[in-house]
Amino acid sequence: MSHDINSEQMSVTRRLLDALRLDPVLLALLFILSAIGVVLLYSAGGSDVDLMIRQAVRLSVAFLLLVVVANIPLRLIKKASFILYLLGVMLLLAVMFFGEVGKGAQRWLDLGFIRFQPSEILKLAVPMVVAAYLSNRLLPAGWKELIVSVVLVMIPVILIARQPDLGTAILVGSAGFFVLFLAGVRWKIMMILGVLLSLMAPLLWKVALRDYQRERILTLLNPESDPLGAGYHIIQSKIAIGSGGVYGKGWLNGTQSQLDFVPERSTDFIFSVFGEEFGFFGSVLLICLYVVIIYRGLYVAASSSDNFGRLLAGALSLTFFVYLFVNTSMVTGMLPVVGVPLPLISYGGTSMVTLMMGFGLIMAIRSSKRFWN
Amino acid sequence: MSPRVHLRDDYLESRLIRRRLVFSAVFIFVLITLVLGRLYVLQIVDYAHFSTLSDSNRVRIKALPPTRGLIFDRNGVVMANNLPSYRLEIVSEQVDDIDLTLQQLSRYIDFSEQDLKRFKEASHRRRPFESIPLKLNLDDTEVARLAVNLHQFKGVEINARLTRNYPLDELGVHALGYVGRVDTDDLTKVDEANYAGTSHIGKLGLEKFYEDELHGRVGIQQVEVNARGRTLRVLSEIPPVQGNNLYLTIDSKLQKAAELAFGDNAGSVVAIDPNNGEILALVSMPTFDPNLFVNGIGVDLYSELRDSLRRPLFNRALSGQYPPGSTTKPFYGLAGLENNTISKNKKVFCRGYYLLPNEERRYRDWKKEGHGLVDMKTAITQSCDVYFYDLAYSQGIDKMSAFMSEFGFGVKTSIDSTGEKPGIMPSREWKRKAQGMIWFPGETIITGIGQGAMLVTPLQLANSTAAMALKGKRYRPYLVGAIDSSQTDLVREIQPEVVGNYQLKREQNWQHIHKSMVNVVHGLRGTARGINRGLKYKVAGKTGTAQVYGVAQDEEYDAETVADKLRDHALFISYAPAEAPRIAVAVIVENGGSGSSVAAPIARKVMDAYLDRPS
Repeated sequence: MSHDINSEQMSVTRRLLDALRLDPVLLALLFILSAIGVVLLYSAGGSDVDLMIRQAVRLSVAFLLLVVVANIPLRLIKKASFILYLLGVMLLLAVMFFGEVGKGAQRWLDLGFIRFQPSEILKLAVPMVVAAYLSNRLLPAGWKELIVSVVLVMIPVILIARQPDLGTAILVGSAGFFVLFLAGVRWKIMMILGVLLSLMAPLLWKVALRDYQRERILTLLNPESDPLGAGYHIIQSKIAIGSGGVYGKGWLNGTQSQLDFVPERSTDFIFSVFGEEFGFFGSVLLICLYVVIIYRGLYVAASSSDNFGRLLAGALSLTFFVYLFVNTSMVTGMLPVVGVPLPLISYGGTSMVTLMMGFGLIMAIRSSKRFWN
Repeated sequence: MSPRVHLRDDYLESRLIRRRLVFSAVFIFVLITLVLGRLYVLQIVDYAHFSTLSDSNRVRIKALPPTRGLIFDRNGVVMANNLPSYRLEIVSEQVDDIDLTLQQLSRYIDFSEQDLKRFKEASHRRRPFESIPLKLNLDDTEVARLAVNLHQFKGVEINARLTRNYPLDELGVHALGYVGRVDTDDLTKVDEANYAGTSHIGKLGLEKFYEDELHGRVGIQQVEVNARGRTLRVLSEIPPVQGNNLYLTIDSKLQKAAELAFGDNAGSVVAIDPNNGEILALVSMPTFDPNLFVNGIGVDLYSELRDSLRRPLFNRALSGQYPPGSTTKPFYGLAGLENNTISKNKKVFCRGYYLLPNEERRYRDWKKEGHGLVDMKTAITQSCDVYFYDLAYSQGIDKMSAFMSEFGFGVKTSIDSTGEKPGIMPSREWKRKAQGMIWFPGETIITGIGQGAMLVTPLQLANSTAAMALKGKRYRPYLVGAIDSSQTDLVREIQPEVVGNYQLKREQNWQHIHKSMVNVVHGLRGTARGINRGLKYKVAGKTGTAQVYGVAQDEEYDAETVADKLRDHALFISYAPAEAPRIAVAVIVENGGSGSSVAAPIARKVMDAYLDRPS
């Protein structure tokens, strides 16, 4: 009897999720991850309940937006891509002229009722517009498609990098190039692109990067050269993670974190807190959770019925991976400190909302496939 | 290149994208493995290393300075204690721009160049998270003014600490000495670790001599701090051990009486208990307030003290060396009797001067017309110089020097304080060493009345007088009678130490000198008879007037016309009660003139204060 009731309840839940066009697997994983994030934030924020509540509220808004986005018909999304992209680029230009300066960078746009970073729009708009464009062309993408796509990607990337916001520029850029990669640009061309980029590197070093960005890269190579200055973040973060050992010091017991040795511990360096308090064991579990989410996204991409959905879901999942990889590499001292948060866990609103909307897109893609089938 | 097919082949296209997706999945796997590998290295392979770093981040060792031992006089009157005082301290680690902060602070309080210099020195030596004093002993206004503005200064603190205080101010300063702020030099002489939290160290006198006893042991506190160095909790603590308390042999009331007796004169009094060597009073005038030195004396005030012609900083009792003059006569007299050079009844004719055989030079008596026929008793009572010139001539310097050394002349007393000088007891050997010259007979003559090269410190003179009172038994004079160990509550009594034990050949010899000395005070013609009025006990004494200024052969010494600085030093030695001495006193009044009129009354007041007080 009870089994029947259970299965009936299950199916009710199932039907509700279907009606809301949501992926139960992805949704469950995102919930778990967010919950971990909130609990961790309590520790990272120095037992600040307000901070935790603010994050929970933001998460609720983000989940709501996920549901909203998931219910937009895919055709509409595709059609809106270019408009959204144009809007995003225009707002970036607006930031350049009217933006607010915060922490030495001009990223914020104050619209009176809300302050937000237009660069966030482009995290979604860039892969959308490139996917929309390429899905209308024959694949594999040829030279013409390649050039058009590169131009579409580089315009916002350069604008964002000049703000300067290296982290977001990398994320936006890689989202665009992932679409290109998935669209089957030949390996040979990818390689030529790679070589071109590496040839441009010294030029980028001089022109595109600001002093503090250069310093960060140099610091990464030798953090001990300036233990109290630029290298301090990396050193303290490594000490926090390393001193966590196998099982960690326990929730709220990380001395590096609780005593403020880890800088930016509730935002970009929150993984250091996690590593210190939950150790290697916890870190592996957390990363596995991320990987499952990413693989779920790739699975949705692979089983989508049209190219726009395949390219977009794939690119968004890969971008999510870039977040994870860049953030964990950065706090463990493998990559320079660029402002990339730990997705869905770091404190802060805009990137979380964008990420959830990205998952909303993935769910929209998934249900559109079912719809078409 | 194959011609472009305009028909969409969805199967081929989706297969292409899927292949790329699979490739991506593999690539992700590889990169994630890389991250996990990195975590493995940090958290498992290098765990011990990072764990240590983490601990050294959060755990800090704080030094807890011990409380300095107290100093009491022999009756338990506090002479040195510790009072809380407010000091301005800076934790340099927490200050972004130290120069700017100092500049801004100077708007609220004054601190001297010296404060600044000491602060800079200490900041180099101490670790950046330790608080370093910038200014000590803030007064109430300064504390109030700073407290209001403290919020704008990160890393600047007002802390209450115990600081040395001398409640009796300048009283007994030359016995006590004082503490001052620790400098780099001081640290080379002590265990630096033990001084990690200490700001003051004994600089002079007892405070310096007994530094090891007074300081105590530093305590250690392990504290957990946050990234800004703020202490969050104490992990473990070894409390500091308070320094040991000192009980002095000094009697602060006697000390006070002695200092008052001096009036405006410069000089020194030392009073010793002859039966054990306890120093009852140790006075050097003028004095100064040691509290000035505790928290760093200002340059102006310091140079005023240092350059003052009256030299208040100079410890005359231990470091001042004076010709003893006629105060040596009882000793030489005893030497003559003991050496069988002279008999007590032998008379010498004094006509006002003495001539060496075959020499022109006149050795003058202080009494121009002479004393006539004098025996030893008269010679001591009236302080006849000619008698002692003659005695010196008969004895010779070797016997004189040897005998005087038995009573402590020319050697340090080994008092438990700093800065003691040995004085000079001239001898042939001394002269050869010091001047590379042979001894002349004339020098023997003037040495015979305590002039010439002979020098004593007031302490030495008092101690020799004490030895005289005890018929040749001489103790090491000492200032600290007992040490109260703060750890064990055990009081260590310092045992008197006999350092000289001259055996009289004949008791009557000493008796004769003793009687002569009593006669100096109580005899009708005694040079110190002026002080005997109302005396309730018997005193044995001897006056002395030491020449500072060489008077030419045909000149008269006229106190009126001689500048103050060149006037004679007035001296007086005594012990009392004569029949069972309990106190021995030596007084030297610089440029005081005559021993009988200036020095003896001071000694009387000191002895009265000790022997004739209502108890």
